[in-house]
Amino acid sequence: MDFDDTPEEAEFRAGAHAFLEKNAQRRESGVGMVYRAGNEDPEFRKRAKAWQAKKADAGYAGITWPKEWGGRGGTPIQQVIYDQEEAKYAVPRGLFDIGLGMCIPTICTWGTPEHRDRFARKALSGEEVWCQLFSEPAAGSDLAGLRTRAERDGDHWVVNGQKIWTSGAQYCDFGVLVTRNDFAARKHKGLTYFFIDMKSPGIEIRPIKQISGASHFNEVFFTDVRVPDSQRLGGVGEGWKVSLTTLMNERYTIGGRIGVGVEDVFELARKIELDDGPALKNEAVRDKLADWYVSSQGLKYSHFRTMTALSRGETPGPESSIGKLVNGTKLQSIAAFAMDLMEQGGVITDPDLAPLAAAFQQTLMTSPSARIAGGSDEIMRNIIAERVLGLPPDIRVDKDLPFNKLPTGKA
Amino acid sequence: MNFDFGDDLKALRDHARRVLRERCTSAVVRRVLEGPEPYDKALWKDIAAMGWTGAAIAEEYGGAGLGHLGLCVLAEELGSALAPVPFSSSIYLAAEAVLSGGSEAQKKAWLPKLASGEAIGTLAVAEGPAKANPRKLRTTFRNGTLSGEKLPVPDGDVADVAIVVAQGDRGIVLAVVDLKSAGVTRAPVATIDPSRSHARIVFANAPAEALGGPGGGEALLHRVQDRAAVLFAFEQVGGAQRSLEMARDYALERYAFGRPIGSFQAIKHKLADIYVATELARSNAYYGAWALARDAAELPLAAAAARISANEAYFQAAKENIQVHGGMGFTWEADCHLYYRRAKLLSLVLGSTRLWKDRLITHLESANAAL
Repeated sequence: MDFDDTPEEAEFRAGAHAFLEKNAQRRESGVGMVYRAGNEDPEFRKRAKAWQAKKADAGYAGITWPKEWGGRGGTPIQQVIYDQEEAKYAVPRGLFDIGLGMCIPTICTWGTPEHRDRFARKALSGEEVWCQLFSEPAAGSDLAGLRTRAERDGDHWVVNGQKIWTSGAQYCDFGVLVTRNDFAARKHKGLTYFFIDMKSPGIEIRPIKQISGASHFNEVFFTDVRVPDSQRLGGVGEGWKVSLTTLMNERYTIGGRIGVGVEDVFELARKIELDDGPALKNEAVRDKLADWYVSSQGLKYSHFRTMTALSRGETPGPESSIGKLVNGTKLQSIAAFAMDLMEQGGVITDPDLAPLAAAFQQTLMTSPSARIAGGSDEIMRNIIAERVLGLPPDIRVDKDLPFNKLPTGKA
Repeated sequence: MNFDFGDDLKALRDHARRVLRERCTSAVVRRVLEGPEPYDKALWKDIAAMGWTGAAIAEEYGGAGLGHLGLCVLAEELGSALAPVPFSSSIYLAAEAVLSGGSEAQKKAWLPKLASGEAIGTLAVAEGPAKANPRKLRTTFRNGTLSGEKLPVPDGDVADVAIVVAQGDRGIVLAVVDLKSAGVTRAPVATIDPSRSHARIVFANAPAEALGGPGGGEALLHRVQDRAAVLFAFEQVGGAQRSLEMARDYALERYAFGRPIGSFQAIKHKLADIYVATELARSNAYYGAWALARDAAELPLAAAAARISANEAYFQAAKENIQVHGGMGFTWEADCHLYYRRAKLLSLVLGSTRLWKDRLITHLESANAAL
């Protein structure tokens, strides 16, 4: 039992370190917060694209991709090692995660060799950015309930409908899209999958204002958007199967944390004075800090167990998804508790007045999304119950009915 | 990165699992729970014969020299099987105390007997239903004799030797007492888990000797508790995992409203939450095992995290296992209560979650940069 790299891993780490040291700035120590960088900011995107191009040149983009896709043909543990090293540097992150993690693997798996050659390298080098057009107002956790319509018209399809929660739609070049081509078929059978040019006529993009006031997501409206049949991935009616490829390709990331952590609330508790001295000396406060420390440590070492499996060439199962479930709630409860320590002053969001530049207040307003996006807490529990513990799937009232006979609520 | 037990230790774990599945059925646990025997003597003999008691004791003291990682995997299986034997008292507590603090003579006197299972040891800390504050102990050690009352002492009715935490002339002392000496009287005491026996022990000028030299008693006690916390955490993870499996199995076979109750999200989500708690506890225990085996400076923090995580996971798993079983889970006949009893017992054996949380934060305050 050790935390050491194998000789091969150590060599790869040294290479990654040398590349980063030469090409990037180290992150200042003491800056605990890693806010989600502004993908919405054109200047940020410019820097992100330049950095991605450098990574691609050096072979650190697409580490796990096969060589035919333009990747390195490396292993998942190499990806984790690179991510660990990169996390020590101030580089723009996040712009390409969806494209490289989900969209392009689907193109390469289901598309033609020409598709692969045309799109994979340009995505890898950061020239082209991709988005994912899956969720709809009435199809979130129940993705297969989507109703964006695709109708055949010669060698084209005509798409009408609405997608939602699309990150980056306003600046992406291409997107992957699931539609319903047959409303009389059963729910999972009438779907067809495409990739589209986001500049196609008939696409309208409107930002969604979140409860935090920011706008990371969009609604995307389709009005008679024409998509060539050559951009269909998989057979007509096979869109569900193709979608699963996209969803299963979520890469193993070490996840740059968004928001505050136990160390931040620990520091706050040192500074805040209660009646009987610093909050850190109060037993109720210590109890909470211990809970968060213990669960953070538990996740850290669970991650090391996952890495061990990767290091041996094993594929970690859905058990590695417990991190998402634990972190979302923890973020929210740390933020709320830290604000309690500030008493009435906890409501202040002015970064000049609130501790840690109002990070706790900001986390309070962003943390609800950590419990919803990418699989809600409830869906994550279902996944653990069904795929890890082997419990039966939910009894489905919609499985054998034609889609257009399903009961619908308020969309 | 190799944050896992090696193949040899996994083989040991599988072997232990197979043996205990056969030798330590719930009928065996119940025989101790319901009967007059304080522990299962035949099982204890087998465990000693297989060398488990001596696993982490060096060969020069009659042990197998497998190291503490070996003891961790055995602990997980003993916890899973609810083994009704004095293993934890004798090995995690007494042997660890002698290993950590004993003089060469004390090691030679006691370790071979503890390793072979010929003698049973224990650690006596508590003095009734309140926090055993090391600075306010009523049991005293003066001029080579021990006086006072310890209650409850795990396996105190069957132990041959006890390490007794007492007030000395200069701070606390861990005193070694042969429990067959004059001046020692003891009687079993009823507890929530009769499958593990406990006793009240009264010392009246009983002859004893300090473990190791004078001074450093409190540090030694903390060290022993930290080391034992990791080993107990593995027992607790084993018990939590078994409780989860019982609940899962029952949820699959029990039907209500025309379907297995395991198809209801109220049950699925409950079990998913137990799974998450158990995995976090397991990961914290693994880190504890690493720190224990290396005797790393991180041990106090790692041990506290392992203990808190394991205390909470096991109790959650054991109480929700009863809940999933419904009324059947509340019967004497179903095995759920065996785990429920053990979960609560183990959560108090080294001090409560509350105390360990305070201890953890105290370590973090002084470590400062460890966060």
